[in-house]
Amino acid sequence: MRTIKQIIAVTWLNLRNLPQRFASSAVAIVGVTAVVLVFAAVLSMAKGFERTMLSAGSDDTAIIMRSGSTSELNSGLSNEQTLIVANSPGVLKDGDTPVISAELYVVVDVKKKSNNAEANVPFRGIQARGFDVRRNTTLVEGRMFETGKNEIVIGRAAQQEFAGLDTGSSIRFGQNEWKIVGVFEAGGSVSESELWTDVRVLQSAYRRGNSFQSVRVKLESPESFETLKASLEEDPRIDPDVLTEKEYYSSQAAGLSQFIRLIGYPLTILMAIGAVFGALNSMYSSVTVRGKEIATLRALGFGPVPVLVSTIVESTLLAFVGGVLGGLLAFLVFNGFQVSTLNGPSFSQVVFDFAVTPDLLLQGLYAALIIGVLGGFFPAIRAARLPVAQALREL
Amino acid sequence: MREVLARLTGVSSTNLKVKERVEVLHNLDLEVPAGDFIAIMGPSGSGKTTLLNLLGGLDKPTSGKVQVGDAELSSMSNSQLSHWRSTNVGFIFQFYNLLPVLSAQKNVELPLLLTNFNGKERAKRARIALDIVGLGDRASHYPRELSGGQEQRVAIARAIVSDPTLLLCDEPTGDLDRETAVEILTLLQILNREHGKTIIMVTHDAQAAEFANRTMICDKGTLEHQEAA
Amino acid sequence: MKYLGLIWKNVWRKKIRTSLTILSVFVAFLLFALLSGIGYAFKGGQDAASADRLIVIDKVSLINMLPMAYKNRIASTPGVQAVTHASWFGGFYQDQRNQFPQFPVDPYEYMSLYPELKLPQEQLEAWARNRTGAIIGSEIAERFGIEVGDRVPIQATIWTKADGSRTWEFDVEGIFSTDDPRGATAYMLFQYDYFDEARAFAKGQVGWYIIGVAPGTDGAQLANAVDTQFANSPNETKTSTEQAFAASFAKQFGNIGMIVMLILGAVFFTLLLVSGNTMSQSVRERISELAVMKTLGFSDQSVLGVVLSESILIMSIGGLLGLGVGWVLVQGVAQQMSAFLPGVYLSPQAMLVAVGIIVGAGIVAGMFPAMKAMRLSIIDALARA
Repeated sequence: MRTIKQIIAVTWLNLRNLPQRFASSAVAIVGVTAVVLVFAAVLSMAKGFERTMLSAGSDDTAIIMRSGSTSELNSGLSNEQTLIVANSPGVLKDGDTPVISAELYVVVDVKKKSNNAEANVPFRGIQARGFDVRRNTTLVEGRMFETGKNEIVIGRAAQQEFAGLDTGSSIRFGQNEWKIVGVFEAGGSVSESELWTDVRVLQSAYRRGNSFQSVRVKLESPESFETLKASLEEDPRIDPDVLTEKEYYSSQAAGLSQFIRLIGYPLTILMAIGAVFGALNSMYSSVTVRGKEIATLRALGFGPVPVLVSTIVESTLLAFVGGVLGGLLAFLVFNGFQVSTLNGPSFSQVVFDFAVTPDLLLQGLYAALIIGVLGGFFPAIRAARLPVAQALREL
Repeated sequence: MREVLARLTGVSSTNLKVKERVEVLHNLDLEVPAGDFIAIMGPSGSGKTTLLNLLGGLDKPTSGKVQVGDAELSSMSNSQLSHWRSTNVGFIFQFYNLLPVLSAQKNVELPLLLTNFNGKERAKRARIALDIVGLGDRASHYPRELSGGQEQRVAIARAIVSDPTLLLCDEPTGDLDRETAVEILTLLQILNREHGKTIIMVTHDAQAAEFANRTMICDKGTLEHQEAA
Repeated sequence: MKYLGLIWKNVWRKKIRTSLTILSVFVAFLLFALLSGIGYAFKGGQDAASADRLIVIDKVSLINMLPMAYKNRIASTPGVQAVTHASWFGGFYQDQRNQFPQFPVDPYEYMSLYPELKLPQEQLEAWARNRTGAIIGSEIAERFGIEVGDRVPIQATIWTKADGSRTWEFDVEGIFSTDDPRGATAYMLFQYDYFDEARAFAKGQVGWYIIGVAPGTDGAQLANAVDTQFANSPNETKTSTEQAFAASFAKQFGNIGMIVMLILGAVFFTLLLVSGNTMSQSVRERISELAVMKTLGFSDQSVLGVVLSESILIMSIGGLLGLGVGWVLVQGVAQQMSAFLPGVYLSPQAMLVAVGIIVGAGIVAGMFPAMKAMRLSIIDALARA
């Protein structure tokens, strides 16, 4: 009990004269803030990207592509094959009509608003039920394109990121002119980075005959996925890869988000090490400055443990402040920040937001606390062991 | 009579830091013959440290002239004064003021960095100075490894290493016990009598003053003679 | 530099403090080296790309193919010294995760337009003689342990063979490398004839054309001339220098460069604070010593110089160490990532910039305390003691 009282007393004393050691304390705080800021920034990028990709994927939609295709772009399906899929068991029917959309996309060049560079954007042809096979996809502006016409609807994210895409305007790709008639939203998913039109019109414009790349299918239920998959795999007329949309987008996202993590985590660890050095520095100088005071306390009868604890508490507190500041800054500056970049597998742009999520902030705070404890540990030992007589004499 | 080394004429010095300007020295005249050893005593605030600062070119008078040797200190620029100090005057302080990161040897060599001597020359001269003060065997020790008296000796060695004509001491024994103080004061006497150094020593210790040739009292900004010992 | 001894001793005044500061500097410059190296890769191999070669692609989309018939028309355009083609094969080796580029090309034409690729003459001839022959880059050879004479099956994701299978087998006739450290060799080249004959569709079409610009010809003008030829045809073209082509890819990665800058900015800002604080403390602790130096005759400027030199020295020790270790690490990272991010490289320019930052940061961190030391009044400083 007495030790606890001592600990509280010494810690309180310590913290009260913190303002006197303002400069070096501030340095420690800033160091931790920088680490948490960078940590949050880089990882929120990965998270945001993942969220965009994954929110596109649902369990009750399946994608069928030719087997071995790593992405839709590499795949190829004939018209007959898409009909086989349409008539397979497990596919949701609306009355008599199967809810499917056989699709094909090409990559077109559009200028980015931000740096005026040409970017690869997916231009996709969908069938009548194209919106229905997807989650949360609705038209929010203008109207749907008419089949057979050179009309496009664009995703919200695409409209924001790329130049010249507005309802009512026209855009030219090669020798064809297309009219933009509407804007759709899809819950922030990757679909919003795309331009959509009638698949027949796209096929004709790009001379793809009657071929498709993929079929999206609304399942009767998530459980009927297996039924569909089995049926298609056994059918000799088609050699498919059958994936839930969720699985598909996971694999698509894996590359880039893993890459960001591959760079992000080591980067943050390195910075954290630097911050630990900074914190150590501050704490050592703090101990030195407090030397006389500590010695006096010891001479008065305070044990070494309270001194040790008070030092670690100080260090952890400083780091905590840094962590909170860093998290706050990250949230204010980065959350919702929109960026677009090239996604390897789809060979086209993906538009996504930075997502500074609560659990990310918590992770940052943990990191800060670890830095704080590490940074206070050795100085604390030194503080506790400070030879009393020498310290009193020195000053 | 020996020639005059230092001369102050009509020197007044005002302490500008205080709100009501306090005149620390009033229209003071002083002649210091070469080779003399003068003790200056007086109560604190009497201006004796200011006197020392003026003689050493650390401060300039508000009016009057300060002349040491051929140099007219009161009209020299800061950089000129720096340069002058390096070869003409040596300081000895109450708290030694050695650099803790340097060994005794290196501390003594410090003023020589301002000269053109090469490394070997500097080392040699420093050794000589240390021998004079009787610390030849402690050359590689650091200040924290030396006693107060030894530190002061190193400080003295540092003060004489560039062979200045004038030594200015501000309470050199203020921090030492009686026995050690006597050793230091004896050393100063030797430097004065055998090596011809002109020494001006500010002290509040009457017994220390007895080691000098004569004592002056500095009070309220003026100087008065006291009978020589 | 006779003051070096004094400066050195001053720097190590408080060993722990100096060591920790140096370590912080070390980390900062290590980060700089790594981020610079990785950032370089995002430039898309621009520097290694040549301004003497033009790339011709379909104007509408990179993915669309161009007819073989274009070759002669391009060749007859004035200013074109040589023309060849390449296409994207996009297969993988053994496992879907082992994707690296394979390009069907005309062996002699391609190698002569890419003289920076080093291949022994016998290997080139052996490859040209073998329809199903291929040459692989040294990075690929090392990564998978493939040697000359091996038979390598590649699984196609796009290009089904006419017989329905998707396994294409190649005989490795040679291994090519490049001296340029910025250039990557993580790809494979094989014969276009085999490709065109065996593929199930898109016969007679190529992915893009590569033009060798005749000396003295303006690349931009030539590009325009080529595109004008094919304007209003079913396959309009877009021609640009290889450098511009690579750059456009790099631009697609968008703000990565800016993000890297921001991170480095945060890192160096913190670094300056840490070092600045160290220097301030260091000066504050030895006010009386600095004053004594002035009494000894050291000029105000020399005191400024001593303090500034200490700051620069600390920065240099940490910085050069960090750069050195960083340089070694970048080599390692480059090798590890050669498959999916080729071109990781710490350029000499970047290192020069780093050295400049070392000196600059040393000055900035030390300037305030150094000026304080310069201006300090001897009398006040000593009176305090």
